[in-house]
Amino acid sequence: MNHKIIAAALATPILLAALPAAAEEDYRAEAIAVFHKDFVARGQASLDRLAEDGVHAICNHTGNKPPADISKVLEADQMAAVKYPADGKLMGDWKAGEKLAQSGRGFTWSDQPGLPVGGNCYNCHQISPKEQAYGTIGPSLLQFGKLRGNSAEMQKYVYSKIFNAKAYNLCSEMPRFGRVEAISPSQIKDLVALLLDPESPVNK
Amino acid sequence: MRKRLICSMASALSLLACSGNVLAQADAIDHAKAAAEFDKFRAEMEDNNPSELSELKGEELWKTKRGPKNVSLAESCDMGLGIGKLEGAYVKMPRYFADADAVMDAERRIVWCMVEKQGFNFDEIAKKPFAKDSFTPDATNLVTYVAGHSRNMKIAVPLDDPKVKKAWGIGKAMTAYRAGPYDFSCNTCHGSDGKRIRMQNLPNISTAAGAMTGVQGWPAYRMTGGVQLTHQWRMIDCFRQQRFPAPKYTSDAVAYLLTYMIGNANGQVYKGPGIKR
Repeated sequence: MNHKIIAAALATPILLAALPAAAEEDYRAEAIAVFHKDFVARGQASLDRLAEDGVHAICNHTGNKPPADISKVLEADQMAAVKYPADGKLMGDWKAGEKLAQSGRGFTWSDQPGLPVGGNCYNCHQISPKEQAYGTIGPSLLQFGKLRGNSAEMQKYVYSKIFNAKAYNLCSEMPRFGRVEAISPSQIKDLVALLLDPESPVNK
Repeated sequence: MRKRLICSMASALSLLACSGNVLAQADAIDHAKAAAEFDKFRAEMEDNNPSELSELKGEELWKTKRGPKNVSLAESCDMGLGIGKLEGAYVKMPRYFADADAVMDAERRIVWCMVEKQGFNFDEIAKKPFAKDSFTPDATNLVTYVAGHSRNMKIAVPLDDPKVKKAWGIGKAMTAYRAGPYDFSCNTCHGSDGKRIRMQNLPNISTAAGAMTGVQGWPAYRMTGGVQLTHQWRMIDCFRQQRFPAPKYTSDAVAYLLTYMIGNANGQVYKGPGIKR
């Protein structure tokens, strides 16, 4: 693990202490106690999932509105841990990306560990204009590449965002798919292509 | 009357089975149209609500002497308004019960009564807490029966009771707690207006209107799977999709979340057990 992340994790209690107390702090401790008292491991969902990491702690303490100086430090840490493909190529196959985006499987107690994990993308986003069953928790990604181009810089942004959305917005609702190894660098490349390839239906 | 009810149930269920097959072919379907069709079926089903079968079974269970102590719930179980009194009980829960020293939702209280008054074993009940295939637990039918006695009454969780108010506060704090591999809290999906996952609308349970949308659905006959399910089931199953481990059946964790959600719906009319997709 990157030593910068360890340093940040150790610094978190100090950072937390510097935050103003929020009104809902009153029941936060009781809530955490209830989680630990009343939850049981099930399937692959082990009890360690109840523990907050540094990002959870800051976001939970601040109602997902962390102070800017704290955000910058922790966002940089998230960015530093993004893993890129060995050959440096960030665009893969948009057709494989669309298949991956359609699947919502993985990480639940009813999912067999070791089976392929989906990108979960359509649960939250509109992506291809051909798919009407899309969620609205995240913004629409229609015409994503058409509007922004597919320069090396844009590819890096999209790849990094999918790998770890918190690198750009510390308390983003979007999961850190690459960091938890839900999907691999090679799979993320396919999602980059889904969004940026001019041939992808997203950009037609 | 009963025979006619069962016959109309059967035809209603076959209609539901038909629509289930159609909806399985997701790629070929206009989803917005399908959602509208569901709502139409749901409205048409109001007079032939499959939940009524569950209520009938629940009535039998409530009134029959059962368990090692050979006692009926009707003669032994206090749902908050006195032993055996059910009119308006469901909409006034969760509430604090001194005899259990706990804030209890309807299902928790029913299971408590089954254990304490009738002598049933909690661990046996908790082994198969929810309906699956052709099996419906007794507690599910009892919850539906009890809920039916609050039909068309206003939700009135007693938030002025300090113990209930505290439960509400802990429930609220729990809904804000992000953790797990996907960093989800309840609020990730249920803390904002106008959101949906795929085509499933997500009520904002932090608001009065959103909370009521969530509360209104339970207990319900769920067309997916053709089973009767309760609010307790829904709260636990949400954690599966949240990528969390599971709350224990009828625990404080579930009771506090239900207190928060149902409490937020106070003042609005509960139409009784229903149907869900």
